Amino acid sequence: MKYQDEYRDQSLVGEALEEIRRVVTRPWTLMEICGGQTHAIMRHGIDQLLPTEIELVHGPGCPVCVTPVELVDKALAIASQPDVIFTSYGDMLRVPGTGMDLFTVRARGGDVRVVYSPLDAVRIAQQNPQRQVVFFAIGFETTAPANIMSVLQAQALGLTNYSILVSHVRVPPALHAILGSAHNRVQGFLLAGHVCAVMGYHEYPPIAEQYQTPMTVTGFEPLDIVRGILQTVRMLEAGRVSVENAYTRVVTYEGNRAAQQTIQRVFTECDRKWRGIGVIPNSGWRLRPEFEAFDAEKKFDLQAIHPEESPLCIAGQILQGLKKPPDCAAFGVQCTPESPLGATMVSSEGACAAYYHYRRPGRDL
Amino acid sequence: MCLGVPGKIVEIYEQGGLKMGKVDFGGVLRETCLAYVPEAQVGDYAVIHVGFALNLLDEAEALETLALLKEIGEFESGLGLSGPEAADEISG
Repeated sequence: MKYQDEYRDQSLVGEALEEIRRVVTRPWTLMEICGGQTHAIMRHGIDQLLPTEIELVHGPGCPVCVTPVELVDKALAIASQPDVIFTSYGDMLRVPGTGMDLFTVRARGGDVRVVYSPLDAVRIAQQNPQRQVVFFAIGFETTAPANIMSVLQAQALGLTNYSILVSHVRVPPALHAILGSAHNRVQGFLLAGHVCAVMGYHEYPPIAEQYQTPMTVTGFEPLDIVRGILQTVRMLEAGRVSVENAYTRVVTYEGNRAAQQTIQRVFTECDRKWRGIGVIPNSGWRLRPEFEAFDAEKKFDLQAIHPEESPLCIAGQILQGLKKPPDCAAFGVQCTPESPLGATMVSSEGACAAYYHYRRPGRDL
Repeated sequence: MCLGVPGKIVEIYEQGGLKMGKVDFGGVLRETCLAYVPEAQVGDYAVIHVGFALNLLDEAEALETLALLKEIGEFESGLGLSGPEAADEISG
């Protein structure tokens, strides 16, 4: 496909890798924020092609992984109610809550449906006026414009049977949490290209400056990723702190203004708990009070939730770049994609799933 | 989740008060919401995420990126960034 195939050109990737080898003089640890990039790196073996001086650690940019177990449990409680049609992106169905997942609810007779777009959920609400339709609105900044458009559309259509269960998180507060940690060892960041497509990258220079950490807006094809690494390594080697853009065909400094304005209109910032990590101040979005009628947490009685995590799962440390999946005693043994202990083993963006699917005996294990 | 796929807008129409369109992903057509790219026209490429166009693709920048990468082999170590690249840079 145009704008995809040409960024997978093997000889160009090879040249960019050669340039990285030429530039690097000492060890550097970089973090790719986005789980989609983690999977691309593992799938194409980019981590193995890099000079040994460059270590990539994997960031928290997987909304499925960081959605707290409390919210998964709330989703399970709502989806179990007989008059409810519960809609979700497919990735969430196998995420373990306390003792079960959304697939279990469906197997027990719950009406749980996978949708491609949140507007599909609104359509289901239109077609089923006698039933409550709830959409599991998870995501980073990338997904916020789509999720909130479903609320605006339901409002415009006068629907009273549509609501969303919001689990929205933002990247900049997570960067503060990672860089502010006493255990941090990340020296440069590959910023998430599609988050920046929406938000631009004007939020990042003050963070780069505060922690003296260079960052590069990076895309998702192999060539985009090696270019992002190259630009970050060049800055590190030159002792230069800056935020550069290696994904200029999609990302501008300002981002998508129309999307940002709509987010401001519908969402307001809030503290948010990240699964395995804990509460990060001002790291989330929730619906503004004027959209309360579309807030599933207000609409349903969800008092009887007693969330419990697997004591074996170290996903929180993996999501902060402190550990890697093979460091976990349960990895590939008690915890597999068929029987996951944590969300990072389930999601198509989870680091544990990436290592499990693309693992190379003798190197990763 | 943040997967975004480039596609070509082949049709634009209004539905339920929203700007919508059909987007061609290498032969597969999908309905897409274009509400956040009001400037979109038939023939434009956009990055699509969960049925929404996030942004239009900048063709000139796309070509520029490829040209730049093709030149990388010729770059001397330590030469640093060239003109168009420097313009993308924001001092931290």
